[in-house]
Amino acid sequence: MKWHVLRPLWLAIGLVVVILIARQFMVPEDFGVHGDSFTYNFYRLSNVQEWKDFPVKHQGRESCVECHEENVTTLNASPHAPIECENCHGPSVGHPDDVELLPIERAREHCLRCHASLDYPNHARSELPNVRDRTHKRRRECVTCHYPHDPREKPE
Amino acid sequence: MSCSRRDFLKQACGGTLASVLPVSAFTFLSPEEARAAVENANVRWAFLVDTRKCVGCGLCVKACKNENEIPYDAPVTRTWVERYVITNDGQAHIDSPMGGRDGFIDNVINGEEIDPDNIAKAFFVPKLCNQCDNPPCVQVCPVGATYQTDDGVVLVDRDWCIGCGYCIMACPYGVRFFHPVHKVADKCNFCYHRITKGMNPACVESCAFDARRIANLRDPDDPVTKIITTERVAVLKDEYGTKPHVFYIGLDENVR
Amino acid sequence: MTSEAVVHGVEWTVKELFVYPNEFIYWSIQIVMYPYMTGLVAGAFVLSSLYHVFGQKDLKEIAQFSLVFSLALLPVAALPLLLHLQQPLRAMEPLLTPHFTSAISAFGIVFTAYALIVISEIWFVYRRYFVDQVHELKGKEGFANMLRLNVYRALTMGSFDISEEALRVDHKAAKILAGVGIPVACFLHGYAGFIFGSVKANALWMSPLMPVIFIMSAVVSGIALCMLTYIVIMEWKAFRKRRTEGVTAAIEIKGAETDIINTATKYLLGFLVAAISLEILDLIFRGYTAMKSWDILRSVMYGKDFINIFVLQYTLGNLVPFVLLLLPGRTLKRTVVALLLVLFGVFMMRWNVVIGGQAFSLSFSGYMHYHIPIIPHSVETFKEGLFGALTVIVTPFVLFWMINKFVPSLERGEEAKY
Repeated sequence: MKWHVLRPLWLAIGLVVVILIARQFMVPEDFGVHGDSFTYNFYRLSNVQEWKDFPVKHQGRESCVECHEENVTTLNASPHAPIECENCHGPSVGHPDDVELLPIERAREHCLRCHASLDYPNHARSELPNVRDRTHKRRRECVTCHYPHDPREKPE
Repeated sequence: MSCSRRDFLKQACGGTLASVLPVSAFTFLSPEEARAAVENANVRWAFLVDTRKCVGCGLCVKACKNENEIPYDAPVTRTWVERYVITNDGQAHIDSPMGGRDGFIDNVINGEEIDPDNIAKAFFVPKLCNQCDNPPCVQVCPVGATYQTDDGVVLVDRDWCIGCGYCIMACPYGVRFFHPVHKVADKCNFCYHRITKGMNPACVESCAFDARRIANLRDPDDPVTKIITTERVAVLKDEYGTKPHVFYIGLDENVR
Repeated sequence: MTSEAVVHGVEWTVKELFVYPNEFIYWSIQIVMYPYMTGLVAGAFVLSSLYHVFGQKDLKEIAQFSLVFSLALLPVAALPLLLHLQQPLRAMEPLLTPHFTSAISAFGIVFTAYALIVISEIWFVYRRYFVDQVHELKGKEGFANMLRLNVYRALTMGSFDISEEALRVDHKAAKILAGVGIPVACFLHGYAGFIFGSVKANALWMSPLMPVIFIMSAVVSGIALCMLTYIVIMEWKAFRKRRTEGVTAAIEIKGAETDIINTATKYLLGFLVAAISLEILDLIFRGYTAMKSWDILRSVMYGKDFINIFVLQYTLGNLVPFVLLLLPGRTLKRTVVALLLVLFGVFMMRWNVVIGGQAFSLSFSGYMHYHIPIIPHSVETFKEGLFGALTVIVTPFVLFWMINKFVPSLERGEEAKY
C-alpha cells in the first residue's frame, strides 16, 4: 500500500482541525440556537441586551412638565395638544444637565408639514386648518403670527 | 475508456458523497419550526397603522432618525411614509422624498405638478419593518448576524454582520439598508430599547394623529390587539409567506 | 481617499419614478464578477476532468493547463467577495458560524473543499515532476536555485517514491479526485445560482431554473477561457520559436492543435445550447403566466435593457459565436473571435441577472439605473467600480504566471514530465 497517497488527506484534516480550533477562540461563547428554530434563532445571545441598552433619546412630555409646567398646560388645552414637545424641540436626552437649551423649530416648512393645503378629497389632512404656501405670507415664519403652544393665540 | 467495476463504484460513491454532504447541510423550513420560533413567549410585538389618519407630516421619520442615530441627511431610514395620489385617469402617482422626512408640502410628484381637481383619491402609507414570523432576511443571513428574539422582533448584531447584503436583497418590503456609519445591515426594530422598558417606539410617540400604534398580541387586554383581532385589517405582500406583523387599516389596492 | 458616511450604493444608483427609499443597487459589479469567476473555475475544472475521468485523449494537453489555471482562478473567485463586503475583516465568519439555511454560508465549506481537491489533484499529477526537480537542483549553486530547491522539497510533502507502482497510485488518485471534483465544482457554481434563484423577493431572480442556467453557462465560460488562453499561449510560443530559431525548428513546435480545439468546441457548443435554451424557456414562461411582476419586468427587458439582453447577450454572445464555430472552414482566428464573444456573452448574462434584477424597484413602480464608477474617488468607488473589476480580471493571469513557474502546465510531448 502506497501510503504517500494519503498525504493530501492529512493536509485537509489538518486544515479542518485548525478551523475548529480557531472557532474556539473566535466565536463568542453564547453563540448558538436560542429558541426552537435554527433558521430564525441562531445568534449571539448577549446582543439582545446590547440592543436593550441602546440609549433612549426622546423622553416624552412627562419629563418636560417638571420644569415647563406652564407651557405644557397651555399646550394641553390647545388644538396642538396631541403634538409631542419633542416634535418641535428635538429629543430632550441630556437636557438640562448636558444640553442647556433645546432647539426651537421656527422654520416655515415645519408647520407646513401638516398645514400646507394639498386639497386631497376625503382626507384627514383637509380637516386641519391649512394654507397655500405660495400665497400665504410668503417667506415669513409662521410663528411671527401664530403661537405654537396655542395656535389660537398670537405670540407675545 | 476502460474502467473496472471497482473503479466505477469508487468514483460513484466518492462523487455522491461529495455532492450529498454539502446538500445535507441545508436546513429546510418546516411550518412547525417557523411557528415554534415565537410560540412560547408571553409577548409578541405587532404594529397597527391606520392610513385613514396619517396626514403625511413626516414627524415620525424625523423622530426615528433622531432616536435611532440614522444620519439625518442620509437617504436611508428605518421607517418612511409613502404618498399615493390616484388621478381621475386611474394612474397612481407615488412618492416618498427622503422617506417623507420633511413631510409633503406641495403637489409636485416625481417632477410633475398634480392638479387637485384631477385627484380621485389620495392617502399616505407609513411603512416599517414588519417583524415577520417567517423573516426571509433571517433565513438568508450566512453567519447568524440577524435573528428573531422570542418576543418576535428581528434584530441585527452589529458586531457580527459581515455586510454581504443578502438580507437586504431578501426583504420583499425594502426595509433594510446598510448603515452608512456602522457599515452593517440595519432596519427598524420597533425601538426595541424603548418597548422593552415600557415606552412606545419613537414613531408612535411622535404621531399626533394616532396613525401608528404598537401592540402585544399575547395580551388579550391590549386595546390595539383587540382592534387587530376584531376589526378588518390587512398586511402587505402576504403572498410571500412572510407572515408580517404590521397590520393596516385602510389599505388601498394601489399600495405597493 | 476617505471613507465618509456615504450610503452604499448611492453613488452609482439613479432612481426613476417610485422606488422604496432604502433601495439602491447594493449588489453591483463585484457581485457580477463573483459568479463569473466561479463559473470560470468550474468550467476549467470540468474541462480538465473530461480528460482525467472520461479519457478524452484529445484533451490531454489542454487538460493539464486548465487544471492549473483553475487553481490560479480559485483565490480570484473569493476576491470580488472580499471587495464587496462592508466588513471584509469578518470574512472568516461563514466558516466559524455558518448559518446553513443561507446559500451564501455554503461558500466557506465548498470553496475550501474545492481548493483542497484541486490542490490535491495537482499534487498527484505533478508529484513526480517535483521529485525530479529536487534531484536536479540538489547539486546546483546559487540563491535562486536554493530557493527553488526548497520550494520543490516542500511541494513533495516528503514523499519521494517514484516507482511504477507509486506513480500508478498517483494516477488513480488523480482520476478519483477529478471525478469527485466535478460535482463539487458544479456545486461551487450551482450554489451561486441558488443564491439568486431562491430570493423570492426578487421577481427576476426567483426561479428554480436559475442554478441550472448558472452551471451551464459557467461550464461554457470555463471551456471558452481555457481554450482561448491555451490558443494564445501556444501560438505565442510557436511564434517566438519561429522568430528565434527559424521555420524548421518551429515545425516541431506546433501551435494550438486542431484536434484539441475541435473536441473542446463540441463540448462548448453543447453547453451553450443548454444554457440558452433554459434562459429562453424561463423568459417564455414568465411572459405566458404574466404574474404581477410581468409588467415591470417586460418594460425592463424589452425597453431599458433590450440591448443588454437581446443584442449583447443573446445575439453577440450566443448566436454569433454559435454560427462562427459551426460554419465550415473554421480558422483559428475565427475560433478566437467566437471564444471572446462567448466569454463576453457569459459576462453579460451575469450582468443582466445581477444588475437587471435590481433595475426595477420592489414596488414594481420604478426603476434604478446603474452607473458603474469609472474613475475612483474613494475606497468604495474603487472597490465597486471599473478598476475593482479590472483588478479581479487581471489577477488570475498574474497568479497563473507565478504558479506556472513551479507547476509547468504548458509543455507537452517529450518535454512533458508527467
